[in-house]
Amino acid sequence: MSDARLRSPLGRVMGLGSAKEGVAHWWAQRLTAIALIPLLIWFVSAVIGLTGAGRGDVVAWLRRPMPAIATVLLLIAAFYHMALGVQVVIEDYVHSEWSKLTLLVLNKFVAFVLAAAGIFAVLRIAFQG
Amino acid sequence: MSQVQRPLSPHLQVYKWQLTSVLSIIHRATGLALAVGTIFLVWWLLAAATGPTAFRVAQGFWGSWIGILLLIGWSWSLFYHLCNGIRHLFWDAGYGFELKTTYASGWTVVTASVVLTVIAWIAAAMVRG
Repeated sequence: MSDARLRSPLGRVMGLGSAKEGVAHWWAQRLTAIALIPLLIWFVSAVIGLTGAGRGDVVAWLRRPMPAIATVLLLIAAFYHMALGVQVVIEDYVHSEWSKLTLLVLNKFVAFVLAAAGIFAVLRIAFQG
Repeated sequence: MSQVQRPLSPHLQVYKWQLTSVLSIIHRATGLALAVGTIFLVWWLLAAATGPTAFRVAQGFWGSWIGILLLIGWSWSLFYHLCNGIRHLFWDAGYGFELKTTYASGWTVVTASVVLTVIAWIAAAMVRG
């Protein structure tokens, strides 16, 4: 193992290789996927229950603690999952270095902006009605 | 800097069409469709947070034929991505790699996504009354 001698003890113990992040992306994609299963089943059921509802019903629903908390959790998990998924698509299909970099940055920014806007909306309804 | 010409994936056009690869492509396509859908979800939440006028505009859009068409597409995309995502999680855990099993689970996902979409819309129609 000549390779082992060229690597520092810290590098060997971390076992992350040259990419420096190991399976973090893969693992986060799975964690958010697992979280999204119950959250989505609950959210879709709730939204079906709100079919044809006026704003008053939606506000009354999101003013209750559990729906508000679950919706915020759904938004966090969904946008995290989305950013990871779209990143892989960009890495797979965009091969020009600058377009790829631009899209990767844009992907992260859009995910954060949408998540912040969605969470703000839920909190505003929850606290102000 | 000269670029090394490495083979790039995927070369979809050289493969024979088969259920497993088609479902994989659909998983990615529905993921992207749902990413676009999150913009509308955040819009709906922001509209509810903003006030009655903004919410009426949003509900008017969802009640229109284009809104309903989009919702049908997104609801099926969601159920498909959810069911096939669970299929992926089983693979991640090391189960279901036999060819027969991948086909069985694949058709199960297709059937389940359609059945769940139909059930969701019947439920929504019943709620609306």
